[in-house]
Amino acid sequence: MTTSPTDVAATGATPTETTTTREVRAPQMSTDLSTDHSKAVADGAHTHGRGGTPETSRASRATSFELADFAVPTGREEEWRFAPVARLAPLFDAAGTGLTGTGTQVTVVNPAEVQVEIVGRDDARLGTAGRPGDRAAAAAWSSFREATVVTIPAQAVASAATSIRVEGLPVAAGGSPPEPSAVHLLVHALPLSEAVVVIDHLGEADVAETVEIVAEEGAHLTVVSIQDWAPGSVHAAAHRMRVARDASVKHIVVTLGGDVVRVTPDAEFTGEGASIEALGLYFADAGQHQEHRLFIDHAVPSCRSRVTYKGALQGAGAHTVWVGDVLIRAAAEGTDTYELNRNLVLSDGARADSVPNLEIETGVIEGAGHASATGRFDDEQLFYLRARGIPESDARRLVVRGFFAELIQKIGVPAIEERLIGAIEAELERSMSELDALAPARQVEA
Amino acid sequence: MSTLEIRDLHVSVETKEGAKQILRGVDLTVASGETHAIMGPNGSGKSTLAYSLAGHPKYEITSGTVTLDGEDVLAMSVDERARAGMFLAMQYPVEVPGVSVSNFLRTAKTAISGEAPALRHWVKDVRTAMEQLRMDPTFAERNVNEGFSGGEKKRHEILQMELLKPKFAILDETDSGLDVDALRIVSEGVNRVRSSGEVGVLLITHYTRILRYIQPDFVHVFVDGRIAEEGGPELAERLESEGYDRFLAPTA
Ligand SMILES: Nc1ncnc2c1ncn2[C@@H]1O[C@H](COP(=O)(O)OP(=O)(O)OP(=O)(O)O)[C@@H](O)[C@H]1O
Ligand SMILES: [Mg+2]
Repeated sequence: MTTSPTDVAATGATPTETTTTREVRAPQMSTDLSTDHSKAVADGAHTHGRGGTPETSRASRATSFELADFAVPTGREEEWRFAPVARLAPLFDAAGTGLTGTGTQVTVVNPAEVQVEIVGRDDARLGTAGRPGDRAAAAAWSSFREATVVTIPAQAVASAATSIRVEGLPVAAGGSPPEPSAVHLLVHALPLSEAVVVIDHLGEADVAETVEIVAEEGAHLTVVSIQDWAPGSVHAAAHRMRVARDASVKHIVVTLGGDVVRVTPDAEFTGEGASIEALGLYFADAGQHQEHRLFIDHAVPSCRSRVTYKGALQGAGAHTVWVGDVLIRAAAEGTDTYELNRNLVLSDGARADSVPNLEIETGVIEGAGHASATGRFDDEQLFYLRARGIPESDARRLVVRGFFAELIQKIGVPAIEERLIGAIEAELERSMSELDALAPARQVEA
Repeated sequence: MSTLEIRDLHVSVETKEGAKQILRGVDLTVASGETHAIMGPNGSGKSTLAYSLAGHPKYEITSGTVTLDGEDVLAMSVDERARAGMFLAMQYPVEVPGVSVSNFLRTAKTAISGEAPALRHWVKDVRTAMEQLRMDPTFAERNVNEGFSGGEKKRHEILQMELLKPKFAILDETDSGLDVDALRIVSEGVNRVRSSGEVGVLLITHYTRILRYIQPDFVHVFVDGRIAEEGGPELAERLESEGYDRFLAPTA
């Protein structure tokens, strides 16, 4: 019998925050320890589950390559309840005729050690990292014609990052919006290889995407996915990861631009001693919906997972959703997992939903915990900085940068770290005029 | 030579039961080079005076004036006051996660002097000031006040006072929570700044202990939101032996 201490990182603490920790005492039998912190806003209210809908185990959630196995979402389903399904509807392929748009282009720049291929959908390497878990993911799978496969050969150490650009081609001025399209990528790290792969999403697009990430034995793979779409874009991305024995994956998601971005990283461990560090950074402006739903499946013993997602929100209608499901199956003895989500609400009218779920089916684990906190801008921090002569807008910048600093330091890829610092600066620059016009944020809309 | 003038200052805070009057007519004049001790029992309004001078939004000035060399301080924003030369060493300094002390100090110095300090001098100044306050150099890379002990937070406040060189420094219970060694080190820091003769100090304290290290020119006894008695250093000695009871006795 082990107990698992949890602690709460004190970064960005604000007086109004809701901090949730849980000490998990591993039960003898399978027990669902999920807690719904979906209303973890400044008033500290919690709701538990959805009225009438029993919370089911992640293990029993349907997955399939068949589009028809998933009904077209209505918004009432557990996995779609926070999402603007009307905006995402074109990616559900209700007619079942496929997402046939051709306006999204994939370009790869790779160092010599890394191989890049364009393959047909019959390539046997595709579809090996788990199965689609929702309608958009199934539509992405059933629609793509060609896939881009990036392979890091066994024992190869990539000398530079591989860059994959997924770009929505410009639509003619006054023309119709981009047609829904599908993109399929596979990043395949063979045994004992080491590489960094950066996937950039830009331009305007309406796209369902699959990113398969396969890390074979002993591989060290970093995958960074940056969603910085132009306004008007809608993006549903299913990231499916398989992490083999002693392999480690660092999976980094950065969401900045686009009207609706929904990323669902699923990770499954297939061998002992594997680890995943999932980092996420998002910044939602007025009217943006950014949703990140993770599922870490501890199916085998002695694996480690760390999830850290942080987001800032500002502007009317800015909405972020973070759902972190962790399942420790009966066989997964010696699991060590911790997940954290923090949101900084910078202005009125923004809403952050945060739902960590932890299911534990074995009593023999190293540790399991989670924390979720959403707070508004801390006026006392602002006062302290301003009392030292720092003008209000600079003080706000300092606090927001500070909120993200620790997360950025964990990335470990200097070029990406610098880029993200720059991106946050740009977000702040864009929003600062808006902020300046606002009195200090008073209340968070529940 | 500068003058800070507080005239008939009335301040209230918003509470659930409505506005609550805390300061009830404070009069005080501080000139450069002077040190004024403000002593008073818990809850008498000392911190309220300090925060009101710094411009904390929680406190509402209902009447009275504060001027710095004739300029209306109350019309200035929080950061404008600091740039005009006001400094508040807080009783409970705030943690600012993710912002390093060195970045914070440089940003503040730049804001106050209107230009970035020359790097080489600045680094040396910071290092020297930290050494004198017996602050380990690693503090420069730590986040502002995060995980600092009570005493470390107070040293950090005085470090800022030394580096930002204000015209008027309000020290709100900088002595509380310090052991004897730390009290001496912090007092030496304040005295270094005082020795320039260019700063006026408002030393808010509950105990006379710190006055053994920092000799005040004037002592003001603060009771129930106003100054009840004023005098020289000898008044502090009387308070030491008699306590505040004399002032708290109900008046008939
Ligand atoms: N938000 C508030 N609501 C109600 N009362 C308040 C509020 N803020 C301050 N007060 C009251 O105002 C009075 C003065 O407080 P202040 O902090 O200025 O006292 P102080 O002299 O600094 O005390 P101490 O020696 O304990 O630091 C106290 O009675 C305090 O309870
Ligand atoms: Mg006080």
